[in-house]
Amino acid sequence: MSAQPKSLFEKVWDAHAVRTLANGQTQLLIGTHLIHEVTSPQAFGMLRDLGLKVAFPHRTFATVDHIVPTNELVEPYKDNLAQAMMDELRKNCAQFGVTFFDRASGKQGIVHIVGPEQGITQPGTTIACGDSHTSTHGAFGAIAFGIGTSQVRDVLATQTMALGALKVRRIEVNGKLRPGVYAKDVILHIIRLTGVNGGTGFAYEYAGSTFDGFSMEERMTVCNMSIEGGARVGYVNPDETTFAYLKGRPYSPTGAAWDAAVARWRSFASDAGCRYDDVMVIDAADIAPSVTWGINPGQGISINENIPSPETALSDDDRAGIIEALAYMKLPAGQPIKGTKINVAFLGSCTNGRLSDFQEVAKYIQGRKVAPGVRAIAVPGSQIVALQCEKLGLDKILAEAGFEWRAAGCSMCLAMNPDKLIGDELCASSSNRNFKGRQGSITGRTVLMSPVMVAAAAVTGVVADAREVFAVN
Amino acid sequence: MALAKITSVSGRGVYVPGNDIDTDRIIPARFMKCVVFDGLGEFLFYDVRHTPEGVPTGHPIDKPEHKGATVLLSGANFGCGSSREHAPQAIHKAGFRAVIAENFAEIFFGNSTTLGIPCVNATREDIAKVAAAIEANPALEITVDVAAREVRFGGDKIAITQRESARDALVNGRWDAIGDLIDGLPAVQATAARLPYMAVA
Repeated sequence: MSAQPKSLFEKVWDAHAVRTLANGQTQLLIGTHLIHEVTSPQAFGMLRDLGLKVAFPHRTFATVDHIVPTNELVEPYKDNLAQAMMDELRKNCAQFGVTFFDRASGKQGIVHIVGPEQGITQPGTTIACGDSHTSTHGAFGAIAFGIGTSQVRDVLATQTMALGALKVRRIEVNGKLRPGVYAKDVILHIIRLTGVNGGTGFAYEYAGSTFDGFSMEERMTVCNMSIEGGARVGYVNPDETTFAYLKGRPYSPTGAAWDAAVARWRSFASDAGCRYDDVMVIDAADIAPSVTWGINPGQGISINENIPSPETALSDDDRAGIIEALAYMKLPAGQPIKGTKINVAFLGSCTNGRLSDFQEVAKYIQGRKVAPGVRAIAVPGSQIVALQCEKLGLDKILAEAGFEWRAAGCSMCLAMNPDKLIGDELCASSSNRNFKGRQGSITGRTVLMSPVMVAAAAVTGVVADAREVFAVN
Repeated sequence: MALAKITSVSGRGVYVPGNDIDTDRIIPARFMKCVVFDGLGEFLFYDVRHTPEGVPTGHPIDKPEHKGATVLLSGANFGCGSSREHAPQAIHKAGFRAVIAENFAEIFFGNSTTLGIPCVNATREDIAKVAAAIEANPALEITVDVAAREVRFGGDKIAITQRESARDALVNGRWDAIGDLIDGLPAVQATAARLPYMAVA
């Protein structure tokens, strides 16, 4: 045991480093490439212009998620531009020999939900996708990068990209979360502590007993929002929970290859005593149900805190940020966020659009009704999630409560399909971004929270503490 | 593939103040419903340049005195959020050839460099100094000298910093890595052969 202890990041990086480029960056092999309709068409166009092929078509997987309508299943879609993107992806996949999880396959969904549920997302691998929430896949102990379209071209053409190594920050959360506190609250809490750019230049290693006890879906929720704190990559070391999730999935190894894969996957976990560039330690008991009040995911508070006021700002920047956010959000400085009227409730997205999210909501919302005047939609993250929910009757419980049960897609997280806020509607949302205009109206307002908090807001018509609304204890 | 050596960018500047300007703000998602990048320039910052009714708000980039500006200045954490390359594409297609900010979000920085748009860091005080000079004389020529790590304007100059790999790539004409990556394909095959999951099932 003379070898220097290494982090998972270093091990995966070393295993995939092809060579050093002239500018000092590494040519890094990207084992798994996930693509979708929004950021890939121009990349395929560039391939055609350069007369290139897809280097490893068997390692590229496509689905359609951002633009698909969730209440219109038959093509052609009413939106010609959406249909054109759909057609383009279909054509590109056929021409370049890429597997496409189209709606007809029954496996379509948000790309960050499809990869894991198919068993494509595996430990010790590198993954890239033209989407910043690719960090989700890090939940499996993969190093997963969100990339731009030119890099999508690079990965299609060479299965590699040029990158500089990242620093590694270990974020340890220890202890048991209090009742009514979820993985979403953990990541909102972390981002509040670090700010939206505190993670720039880092890969995050999430660890500690809280993460050890988390399901894969909870780990995915946290890794998903790494980028909202500026970290391009976030991961959890693979363990028995990871392997149990992957066993028997369509792309998981089988037989003797399974045992070999598990042994190999295990070997990628960070070594005890490895060096980290930074360490943060958080006590799970300090985390409360969280909501955002502003226009970036770092502008969050716990449900029982007051909306910040410019007078209590910690710096000039903070003050300017508060003033800008409150003006946009039309929220009163220094007042409780609890009781803020909502117009829309959105359940779904790559952050919180999985089976366990809908199960948890159904558990509490059964027998309750969405408040009058609130538009509520529930959008499963994939066709498989939809089916799982429907088998358990969760769709009926949600529909009975007043949520419209929709087809799979990104939907109102970024409103590239017809699901949009109107005017300055305020949305209680289980998604990941509360940027100005994010949910499809240039004056629309987003309050990020966990799915159960969305349910509590939906039934009361105001931002509420789910622990009180549903008597959680 | 011979690429231009981008050692410096000169032109008029425009200052768009603010921190954490995200890529949704740079190019709202609805304008990404396209299969080519052409035409994105006119939608740069669209929702802050227009009221909900479509009336221009008098955004800095729309001011007549800033028309034709090629150097964009802004605050901290510029380009955070979504990985959409549509953001630097829109900036480029709107005519900008360099961005000066306190710092940049990582994916945006990489996307911009790959398009040959230098993203350089300067201190808040120095950015304010350049912004004040532009305000006093919008026709002032700003030179972002990537090679010399400075920005010159009027008789004045400020220091800039930039990640060395990006600076090297720009000044040596290798900011778009595709050629180098293709040259490495035999080595890629060798690396892939060592990884069981890369095998054809």
